[in-house]
Amino acid sequence: MPETVISAQNLDLTFETNDGPVHALKDITLDIAEGEFVSLIGPSGCGKTTLLRVIADLETPTGGTVSVNGMTPDEARLARAYGYVFQQSALLPWRTIEENVALPLEVMGLDKATRNQRIVSNLELVNLTGFEKKFPWQLSGGMQQRASIARALAVEPAMLLMDEPFGALDEIVRDHLNEQLLKLWAKTKKTVVFVTHSIPEAVFLSTKIVVMSPRPGRIHEIIDCNLGTDRALDIRETPEFLRIAHQVREGLKAGHSYDE
Amino acid sequence: MSVFRPNWQALMSLLATLYSLTAVPFTDSMGSGTPLIVVAILLAGALASMLRLSFALEAAVLTLASFGAAAVLIGGLADAFGTASRGYFAALGAAWLLGWRLVTVLSGDGSRGSDGGGGTAIIVPALFGLWVVILWECIVRGAGVPFVLLPPPSAIGLKITNSTSILAADFKQTVLKAVLFGYVVGSLTGFLVAILADRFRFFANGLLPIGNMVSALPMIGIAPVMVIWFGFDWQSKAAVVIVMTFFPMLVNTLAGLAASSDMERDLMRTYGATHWQVLLKLRLQAAMPFIFNALKINSTLALIGAIVAEFFGTPIVGMGFRISTEVGRMNLDMVWAEIAMAAIVGSLFYGALALLERSVTFWHPSYRR
Repeated sequence: MPETVISAQNLDLTFETNDGPVHALKDITLDIAEGEFVSLIGPSGCGKTTLLRVIADLETPTGGTVSVNGMTPDEARLARAYGYVFQQSALLPWRTIEENVALPLEVMGLDKATRNQRIVSNLELVNLTGFEKKFPWQLSGGMQQRASIARALAVEPAMLLMDEPFGALDEIVRDHLNEQLLKLWAKTKKTVVFVTHSIPEAVFLSTKIVVMSPRPGRIHEIIDCNLGTDRALDIRETPEFLRIAHQVREGLKAGHSYDE
Repeated sequence: MSVFRPNWQALMSLLATLYSLTAVPFTDSMGSGTPLIVVAILLAGALASMLRLSFALEAAVLTLASFGAAAVLIGGLADAFGTASRGYFAALGAAWLLGWRLVTVLSGDGSRGSDGGGGTAIIVPALFGLWVVILWECIVRGAGVPFVLLPPPSAIGLKITNSTSILAADFKQTVLKAVLFGYVVGSLTGFLVAILADRFRFFANGLLPIGNMVSALPMIGIAPVMVIWFGFDWQSKAAVVIVMTFFPMLVNTLAGLAASSDMERDLMRTYGATHWQVLLKLRLQAAMPFIFNALKINSTLALIGAIVAEFFGTPIVGMGFRISTEVGRMNLDMVWAEIAMAAIVGSLFYGALALLERSVTFWHPSYRR
């Protein structure tokens, strides 16, 4: 039995806004084991991004506890236990691709030789060898997002937290990056928490799908989903894939995600 | 395809040239032969530019015709102050229209779907400036505008070449001492205080209203006070410049430090970066366009501040001192010589900053290639 790396117990988070309190997360209890690929799926406002940000210590919960790698989120962040990939690449425009990948390594205070070695290996991992000297704005959206994944991996974290990383890309690029991400996951064996609102993306990538529902944000259902390690895109036409996708959709429906 | 390509500048030029023949001679000293030369040049230029010529040939013809005619017209003003006839000004207008046509051709004619090559970015404004000077010279001398009202550029140029030592001393006093010192110190303290105010928020809350008030103080009001505090020499002028440049830099740097996005700051947070790491690697870089904005604003403010401050007591040297005393002595050519120097120094200062800005903030969407 693999070890639990992320454990949330009865998490609550209420934002105080000018329109009164907003209950973003309610009574979230979730365990994620090492090496799992867990997708958080749900409509806008269901708290899936907020949950990821709580795990990353970018938000502080108002109730309950989280442990990441046996530490508090704060300790885990300072120990660089995770790499975070945002909705946009958030590459710094004044840095070249290799300098962007070097950014977290500079913050960590690694020496130049180690930095260079990690730049080379991680850019190779996301197929961006040859683009080291380019500036982010000279690359396509898909390449930018791959560079930001390389930057997250360069930290050599135990887990990857991904917040709709392909949400801003077109579907063809997204399919391609999904395949690449799956290969990357098989190769690196990292734990991945992946926020999405695409059902096919969630089913294709995940070992476990967490269906969330809005107002207040809570977990509606957790669906196991293991389609084997070497999946290709055409697995999406198999009955097993369609069955799980249907189950996810039913879960979203039952959680009032399709209500106006 | 016809060999003719009429354009309105050439047509108007043609009409003006023909009209100028009704008031020959142009000036008292020109006689009646020279106007015919001018008219011949202008007619040739106007007619040639209406033919379908190659780009280079048309540009060459227009340059020769417009500047050739202008040169003869300026020459005809010798010993003929204020005696120009209607015909003179009509011919001047015709030459200017050919110059306009030249600029239009160089700018790509609007119809070629281009804005010309890299060279035109310098040539076109230079031609424009040259024509301003030519018109200024000819109108002032031709119409006999009093010297006190507006001296001709040739007199200003003569004054500049004849008084280089005075101008150099004034430049040294005002620009190299007061402006440069005040600019560097004012901008630097504004920048450093912004860094501190950003780190310690209470500092910003207390300081910004006071800074706001200081920046609203009229320079005319503080300059005499600074003279009393810091003496007659350049130090009091530098103090005025410091007061004027400090606040734009403070406000712009503070705004710039807030320019990085939430996502970028979150990113640095996930790396466990310290305040100073975030500042150095992210926020100061993102603030660079704002900081350069302040540097450019300050470059003009500093020059204005130092010159005006010299109106309130100064040793007998300095650009502002010279302007205020020479105005009193009706030596307007000296005043204009100082104005010209201030304009050149200010433009070069600004231009150098703009070039530096391009190389530092090359990544900004407005400069990307």
